Amino acid sequence: MPETVLNLSSITKRFGALVANDAINLRLAKGEVVALLGENGAGKTTLMNILFGHYVADEGSIEAFGQPLPPGDPKAALQAGIGMVHQHFTLADNMSVLENIVLGTQSKWSWRLDRAAAVARIRKLSSDFGLAIDPLAPVSSLAVGERQRVEILKALYRDARILILDEPTAVLTPQETEALFATLRKLVAEGLSIIFISHKLNEVMAVSERVLVLRGGWLVGERRTAETTRQELAALMVGQDVKMPEPRPASPGEPLLVFENVSTGQRSGGSRLQNLSFELRAGAITGLAGVSGNGQGAIAALIAGVERPASGRIIVSGREIGDWSPRAALSAGIARIPEDRHAVGSIADMSVAENVVAERYREKPFSRRGVMDWAKAHEFASRLIADYDVKCPSPDTRIRLLSGGNMQKLILGRALDPDPIVILANQPTRGLDVGAVAYVHGKLLEARDRGAAVLLISEDLDEVLALSDTVIVAYQGQISMPSKRGERSVAELGELMAGHGIGEAA
Amino acid sequence: MRLEAKPMPSLAQSLAYPLGAVAVTLVIVSALVVAAGASPFSVFQLVLVGAAGTPFAALETLTRATPLIFTGLAVAVAFRAKLWNIGAEAQLYVGAVVTVVLGTGALPLPAPILIPVLIVASMIGGGLMLLGPAFLKVRLGVDEVVTTLLLNFVVLLFVSMLLEGVLKDPMALGWPRSASVIAEARLPRVVTGLRLHYGFVLAVVAAIAVWFVMKKTTLGYEMRAVGHNAEAARFAGIPVNRVLLKTAMISGGLAALAGFSEVSGTARNLTLELSPGYGYTGIVVAMLAMLNPLGVVAAAIFVAGIFVGADAMSRTAGVPSYIANVMVATALLTMVTAIMLSRFRIRWR
Repeated sequence: MPETVLNLSSITKRFGALVANDAINLRLAKGEVVALLGENGAGKTTLMNILFGHYVADEGSIEAFGQPLPPGDPKAALQAGIGMVHQHFTLADNMSVLENIVLGTQSKWSWRLDRAAAVARIRKLSSDFGLAIDPLAPVSSLAVGERQRVEILKALYRDARILILDEPTAVLTPQETEALFATLRKLVAEGLSIIFISHKLNEVMAVSERVLVLRGGWLVGERRTAETTRQELAALMVGQDVKMPEPRPASPGEPLLVFENVSTGQRSGGSRLQNLSFELRAGAITGLAGVSGNGQGAIAALIAGVERPASGRIIVSGREIGDWSPRAALSAGIARIPEDRHAVGSIADMSVAENVVAERYREKPFSRRGVMDWAKAHEFASRLIADYDVKCPSPDTRIRLLSGGNMQKLILGRALDPDPIVILANQPTRGLDVGAVAYVHGKLLEARDRGAAVLLISEDLDEVLALSDTVIVAYQGQISMPSKRGERSVAELGELMAGHGIGEAA
Repeated sequence: MRLEAKPMPSLAQSLAYPLGAVAVTLVIVSALVVAAGASPFSVFQLVLVGAAGTPFAALETLTRATPLIFTGLAVAVAFRAKLWNIGAEAQLYVGAVVTVVLGTGALPLPAPILIPVLIVASMIGGGLMLLGPAFLKVRLGVDEVVTTLLLNFVVLLFVSMLLEGVLKDPMALGWPRSASVIAEARLPRVVTGLRLHYGFVLAVVAAIAVWFVMKKTTLGYEMRAVGHNAEAARFAGIPVNRVLLKTAMISGGLAALAGFSEVSGTARNLTLELSPGYGYTGIVVAMLAMLNPLGVVAAAIFVAGIFVGADAMSRTAGVPSYIANVMVATALLTMVTAIMLSRFRIRWR
């Protein structure tokens, strides 16, 4: 039996009436990858926050390398050799990789930094573990996958022997995910131990030796990865079988939204669009694939009405929309599911009822002559909560307190309730658990079958292929010719995502 | 030490926090009173008696609270929409100037018509005063904290120029003072012979109106949405810039009403001493009220009571009336702390 490096015993954490962790035991051995599997809200992140001293457990104790870990002290966790790579990166964009990595490792009073030694050490770590990065590059110039490498290097630079990765693949392309797994294997071979937090079954199967499944704050199962199956883990995680929706063949109709030679001005993030033309047809889902930052943001902002085209025309159901704004988009029958549900899709400190009427508060029955009818807003919110299966105590709950999946269901309900003719779904399932993903996909297919034209923007190629009747690929502000379901192979799409074959023909 | 978010406080809790803050304030101020050589209990008792012990004192407190209700509402409305209006002092003076210009005989109207005209005109003046900085904010991203704060000094100098020039009362023996408003432009007294005037009633009505707007109207909903998350509000189709400009008109107008009611209700004419910083104290009042319009009335009466009571107390107890400034400042700090404690729990390890 290999040496135990980390031992969490009967950790319990309550937030008011909610039990986020209920007597959870976790043992991590040297050189082992343990996956922590569970839906959003199952208690994975809470458990790691307790380990890392961000929260104090109500009961239970933690031992690292045989020593008890004082609760509520992130510094103690760091000093014990525990490093964490958060889902949302904690890097200073305006500083270099080197500065980000050494930040906080020096004494407060030493002004000078031995740059050469630090650079050499970072270079060695990155070549040892396959974390290719230029230590002197500014972080702002790095792609998402590279930023994650910096986060891992930060932990290794601090001599972490235990590495915790919270949903590390959520932001990565398939190729980057493969590279990450290769790095993890090297780390484990060097004797590090890893806790891999995820809700993606195939990744957990690929990378871990042992799986702990959490559900509703309980440890519902522990399996050796080699002795279990995806089906068993899925059932443990969800508590029931999840069926992904199977799309029926589509029967595309009229073009409901047409872009004609649309260009945008220079943007701060992402590519500008150059003479873009495409159409979304009734009763079909068009998938827009591509590596992030290739113009998807601009296309989404244009359809949502947040931005105006610099030149070109946007035509909705045969009518050119002149004065383009979010309100004009809404009244033209466009539903918008934004990429960032926390910052853009919802107002965190307002209630569910106040959030669901945000696009329609000016209309009857929610207001009359400028006076709100909050009773009607409550009714509407209660109906969405019931219809869209949202777990939420009441329409008065602040939306901040909902999990990502429940928040997304509410945004979906708000967008789809008025029977829109065009639906913009920008990364609609990012960060959601299996159950919620299946739910969102089902709703989008339902809307398609009802005759809506759907644009699905996703960096997850599997998602695009599963749902789309037509696929287009964005690259540096231009798009590929559309292809029907099954017309292009994954490899061909991958080529297009890398820019081969886009722009040359046009 | 770290902070953890708490669930929504109950009604009892949300009342307990302000009261707790007041209690802590009294304890802290006691130390100063002891240092000044007096007994805290007798001093606090004297402040209380001085502020509310007699009908005369109580009405004086309400009189002093009147401009603070207006400026407190002005700040509360603006801060709700995250429009940081630090310029209530300037807007107050604009309201006073408008009242004096129109109320000293230029409009020979009977009181029931003239007073509403003065109210509307001064509100428009104060609103326009804040519209400029708000416009610069939405168009060019100019920080309204800086512009509204600095405009206070610009407006004071402008008023000083007017009082030395066109508005100067030739009968004032050289004092920089305007002529008095005509009888039809004066708010009547609530009780004959005492200073309390119908401006107080107007302030309470304004508080109820603001509460209604914030809570029950689409405009109030838009203002709160913009204040909480302007980006999400814009995405949902709320015209953020227009909402901010409307907020500016309402906030500036409310602050201008403080100037109108001071001129029309108590001072009768305009001097540079019209406001001892009511515009700035309005920020304290709004914070003490946690930006709740009805709470603003209570907070304004509380702050006015401390000032009125401390004046009376200093005459008998020999403790300087500056203790009132310390009390109000301490109350602000304890209140801000209480607001934080009502939303977060402190973990010491």
